[in-house]
Formats: sequence, C-alpha cells, structure tokens
Amino acid sequence: MRPILATNTHTLAVLVENKAGVLARVAGLFARRGFNIESLAVAPTDERFSRITIVVDAESASIDQVKKQLDKLINVVDIRDLPPESSALREMVLVRLSLDDEGQVDDVLQLVSGFSGAVLRVRGTDLILSLSSRPEELDAFIDKLQPYGLVELQRTGAIAIPGIE
Amino acid sequence: MEMDGGQALLKALEFEGVEVVFGYPGGAILPVYDSVIEAGLRHVLVRHEQGAGHMASGYAHATGKPGVVMVTSGPAATNIVTPLADAYLDSVPIVAITGQVPYGLIGTDAFQETDTTGITMSITKHNYLVSDPNDIPQVVHEAFHIATHGRPGPVLIDLPKNITDAMNPDSVMTWRDPVPVDLPGFQPVLDADQADIDAAIKLLSEAHRPVIYAGGGILKARAAEELRALAERTNTPVVTTLMARGALPDSHELNLGMPGMHGNYTAVMAMQEADLLLALGSRFDDRVTGRLDSFAPDAKVVHVDIDPAELGKIRQPDVAIRGDAKRVIAAMLDTLGSATVEDHGAWRSKLSGWQENYPLAYEDAEPGGKLKPQMVIEALRDGSPEDTIVASGVGQHQMWASQYWRFDHAYTWLNSGGLGTMGYSIPAAIGAKAGMPDRTVWAIDGDGCFQMTCQELITAAVEQIPVKVALLNNTFLGMVRQWQEMFYENRLSEVDLSGPVPDYIKLSEAMGCVAIRVEDPDEVEDAIARANAINDRPVVVEFVTEPGENVYPMVPGGKSNSDIVVPPFQQKETR
Ligand SMILES: Cc1ncc(C[n+]2csc(CCOP(=O)(O)OP(=O)(O)O)c2C)c(N)n1
Ligand SMILES: [Mg+2]
Repeated sequence: MRPILATNTHTLAVLVENKAGVLARVAGLFARRGFNIESLAVAPTDERFSRITIVVDAESASIDQVKKQLDKLINVVDIRDLPPESSALREMVLVRLSLDDEGQVDDVLQLVSGFSGAVLRVRGTDLILSLSSRPEELDAFIDKLQPYGLVELQRTGAIAIPGIE
Repeated sequence: MEMDGGQALLKALEFEGVEVVFGYPGGAILPVYDSVIEAGLRHVLVRHEQGAGHMASGYAHATGKPGVVMVTSGPAATNIVTPLADAYLDSVPIVAITGQVPYGLIGTDAFQETDTTGITMSITKHNYLVSDPNDIPQVVHEAFHIATHGRPGPVLIDLPKNITDAMNPDSVMTWRDPVPVDLPGFQPVLDADQADIDAAIKLLSEAHRPVIYAGGGILKARAAEELRALAERTNTPVVTTLMARGALPDSHELNLGMPGMHGNYTAVMAMQEADLLLALGSRFDDRVTGRLDSFAPDAKVVHVDIDPAELGKIRQPDVAIRGDAKRVIAAMLDTLGSATVEDHGAWRSKLSGWQENYPLAYEDAEPGGKLKPQMVIEALRDGSPEDTIVASGVGQHQMWASQYWRFDHAYTWLNSGGLGTMGYSIPAAIGAKAGMPDRTVWAIDGDGCFQMTCQELITAAVEQIPVKVALLNNTFLGMVRQWQEMFYENRLSEVDLSGPVPDYIKLSEAMGCVAIRVEDPDEVEDAIARANAINDRPVVVEFVTEPGENVYPMVPGGKSNSDIVVPPFQQKETR
C-alpha cells in the first residue's frame, strides 16, 4: 500500500501565541497560498504559547516561501524546519476493528505486541487499538491491519521536537 | 480613570496622535459615535464606506501618517473590504475600526453580523476581535505599531457593541496608558548584514549595464534622498515603478521613468538588457516583468526588501538583502566610501539613444478632433503647482497620468497599483487633501471610475475639502476597450459608457462642485487655470477626449518585455 503521507515532506515546528483565531490564520495562509498540509497538530505549551507541528507537502510550494509567509503572521513567533533523521517525531493512531472470530483476535493481539501498540478496549471480537510511533511505523501497522475488518481509524498527525545534538 | 469602551477607543486614537477619522456610523458602532461628539479629532462623514477606506489610504500616503477608517458591522464592514485589500497590496498603513454585534451574539447570525476578522484575515496585516474593553488602549497601540512598522499595511480592530456601549455594564473599563508593545512574532529586521552589503557592492562595481529597479518600498522607507544619492554616486540609471513615481524626480537625468506593461520603451528595455538589477523595495510584479522566463535574462539581481517573503518569491536574487531600504542604501553608500566607480558611459549613451528614438509620444489631435488625453494631462501638469498631489483611478487615464505627469516630488502620486481598484482616485484625493490642506490635489479620473465613487464629492463639498477632478471622459471603459480592440478582434463587449447620461456637469453641480466641460483644445489651459484658482469648493473639469485613443507602449499580457509594442507611428523606424 502507498504510504498515507507524501514522501517529500517537511516537518515544521511552529511556535505561536495563544490568540483567538491563530489556527485559522495558519490554516488560511496555507490554503490561499496553495501550500498543501499533510497533517497538523496543535496544543498549548504554556499560558502564552502553543506549538503547531505542520507536515507540509514540499512539492506544492517552495518550503522557503512557506516559512517566510508563515513568519509574516504576527502571532507566529518561531518556525523550525525539523530534519526527519535527527528530530524526535511521534504520531498516534487509534484503530477500531471488527473481527470475524477469536482466531483473528489472537493474530491481531500478536501484531499489536510486535509493534508495541496497546489494546484499549475489547468487546467480543471488536477491538480498539492504539499505537504511538514514527509515522512510517503507523503506515506499516495500518497496512498490516487492513486484511482484518478495519472499521475506522484516526491519526493525530505528527508532532516533533528537535533531537538532542 | 473609569470610562466606557467607546470613550476609551476615542481616547486611544487621540493617544496615537490621530487627527482625522474617515467614517460612517451605524448600529454596532453607535456607542463609539456618541464619543465622537466630544473627541478632539476631526471626523469626516463619507457617503459610502469604501470611500472612507480609500480616504484613509490617500491620507496615509500623502502625509506619512497612518490613516483611520471607522465603520459599523456587517454591510459596512464588507464595504471596506475593497479598500483594505487595496491597502494591503500597496502596503499602506491604515487602521480600520469596525463595530461588531455584542460578543454574546457572535456566531448567531445576529442582525448585521459578519465574521469581519475572518473575512479580512487575508487582506490585513493583522486583525483583532476585542472582548474586554480594558484591552482597548493596548490593542489600538499595537494596531498602529503593526500598521506602521516593517512593511506597512492595514490592521483592523473589530469591537463588539457590548464593550463600547455605556448602557452595558460590560463596557466599563479603567483607562491605562498603553505600554511598549510586546510582540515576539513581529520583530522587523531593519539593518542588513555587512557581508550582504559587500556582496551587493561587488556586483554593482562589476556591472556594466546596471539598473536600479526602484519600487514603492523606497517611498515607504522614506528613502528618496538615499536613492538619489546612490544613483548619482554609482552613475546608475533608475526605473521608477508605478508605485515609485516621484521617488526620484522625473527631471533627474538618471531617471528612465516607468517600466512595465505600459512603461516607456527605454525603461522596459533597460531592464531587459541590464546585466545587474538592483531591486530596491520592488516586488517583480507581473505587470513589471512581463513573461517571467524572458525577463531581464542577462541580469544578476540584488534584491533589497524589508519583507523577506519578497526575496526569491518571483525571481531568485543573487544577493538577497533583508532590511529597511533607507538604512540598506545608506550602508551601501558607506561601504562604497571613496572607491571610484565606472561612469557607465556606453550604457547610458545606449539608453539615451533609445530615449531619442522611442520617447513617450502621441499624435496630436486632428483639427476639429476630440481632445487627446495625453495633451490634457500635460496641460494639467504645466498649469498646476509643481508639488501638486495627483490621485488617479484605474484604466487608461491612470497610465497616461503616470506617463505624462512630471513627478518631481515624493508622495505626490497616489494610485491603486496592486489591486487596480476603479474608483480609487476621488476618495484618495479627498484623504490626501484632508491631510495636506495647503496643497493642490487633483484626481485624474476616468468616466467609468467616476461613476463608481463620485458621490464622495458630496463629502468633499460638505466637509470643505476642495479637491479637483480632471475627468477624462472617453465615453468608454477605455482600458477594457483597448484590450478588446487588440486581443479580441475589436469585438466590443459591454464597454460603451456613452450614455447619454449622466450629464457630468449637472451631476457634479448637484454635488456642490464647480463644473466645467472642455471640448475645444483652446479651452484646456483656461479651464485648468480657472479650476486651480478655486479653493473654496471641489471642482470637476470634464475633458471630452478621443474615445479610440490607446495607451502605448504596451507589453501584451503574457508576452516578453522584449515584445514591447510602441505606438503605430513609431513602428516604422527600425529598432
Ligand atoms: C472595481 C473594478 N472593476 C473592474 C475593473 C476592470 N477595469 C480595469 S480598467 C477598466 C476601465 C476603466 O474605465 P474608465 O474609468 O473610464 O477609465 P479609462 O480606461 O477609460 O481611462 C475596467 C473596467 C477594475 N480594475 N476595477
Ligand atoms: Mg473611460
């Protein structure tokens, strides 16, 4: 299966002021400048700031323009382009499966432990799983689950911070 | 000191030194208008909110101070969308105050509710929705700071009614003077790295065919003096874009005039054949570059801009310099010191050859024929004070005004360059005149544009802001007609304004103007003299001009600048 995420991506860690509408400003900028967002995750880091991790499809625009245009937003304080190799990068996925029989349940549980995932709920042959790992691991995990009755999945989008020098 | 949010807004505007507000009242901004009565500033009541926005822009460009526009919510807020977009594209510092429905009603489709901050997000430099009246002084202070620092631009403040309305307890606030802004995400860089300056100077000293490509940023940076010094020090010819007319006097021997789609032959071809473009506060707009892949093919580029997003956006520069044009040019001059520089004699004589062969020119009217618009502009130029401020609309008349006026002073040319907003001229002229009452201010307008915003002449008459309008009536949406003639086999579609209504004289008189119609070439000078002598009310001079006249030169859209089309009577000469 094709990886869900485009291959030529940049991961931007964007520090923004916690102001009303800041996410709309960032998302709106991407839309109107024709930059494609692969994923976006955001949460406050403290009272004043939030960090947004944006994975950008670098084919859609020069990453230099993306960064410069983002930087023009008054509430954007800092932008870091995180190199995938050296940064700490994580994404989480929740998956719901509806399996045919107990045999499949055993297979899946084994698969989950192989990926160091977690089983959040079990009811009969219905399962909810989670995995927190690098996005390509999530791709592989989801790929492996496809043959089983995968009902629904939700990924968070990657979050990242710079690695230890 | 305790007060309500409406009073706080006016006090905050006064605190920022605001002298004039252009505006229009209505429901959600009503409480603020109650405080306008006692405020120590002038309010100009417009006839349409769009006019207020352009007035704020014209005021800002002419005076160098931020312009202020204040309107109510909903339809009034959407009426200023056009001038906000206009100011955004032309980097004009204005602050817009809009009323909003009470905070608690936001999101309920309340009467006259629009998502004003959402609508204007992409056409303002920044905007605010204020929820606490105590924030008003600081938000206003920040808005003025953002509008005027770095690359200037419009900032909007949306004020829900509950926080301004004295009758609402939500509006009670305690005034505190604003403190210095703390904007970690807005720290414009003004000074360039010396290494970049050195690199620029190196390219400049190696160049044989350099051209300074001066844009509107020169004027924003108030760097006209520095531009002149740099050009003279390095013997470098200068093109002044539509946004930079007046940044170097047109009478200066190094000024080649306007480049671009309707630029003069020499300015256009100088850029095409340059081996170095020193772009100062310009942005490689498609109206300047023509077809990009054949624009200035041999030129290295040094690009100076305070907005780093402009560097490399369109054309990759060899040296990119982020900084304030005034400071960067000063640093360049410093770095040059007393080094000798080439006089670029061969290059400059090539340019003067072009100037001789392909001057901006038009054919005189046939005897008994209609007025030539270019002739009217020349007569207006020659019959008006040298430091006259000119505001133009959008269309052929705009191009002729830019081509045939002689801009010898900075900040004497107001036009809508980036957005190309028809109807800009009359309100912009009024804004300029409100800020510079001692100067002569002419709007050079087209008949199409005039019909879009002429109602502001009522404002001018009532508020005693005596602007003058030269209405170039060619009875057509001339610029569109020209494109239809040239690119659509002269199939004219919906461009005829020949009416026979309106009668511009009656219309202007009804709005409180002195109105003069000129059809005979012999009456042109007199009419202009008469208009220039009137200072107690607005004047409209309708010049009935040749309907078929086209703007030349022209680089057809999408074509290379090298395919520039000179006027037919110059075409026989070999290039
Ligand atoms: C608001 C707006 N609508 C439409 C246009 C497209 N447009 C550009 S120039 C022009 C004709 C302008 O006519 P007029 O004011 O008579 O000027 P002229 O070209 O005849 O000098 C039009 C319709 C525009 N620039 N702005
Ligand atoms: Mg016309």
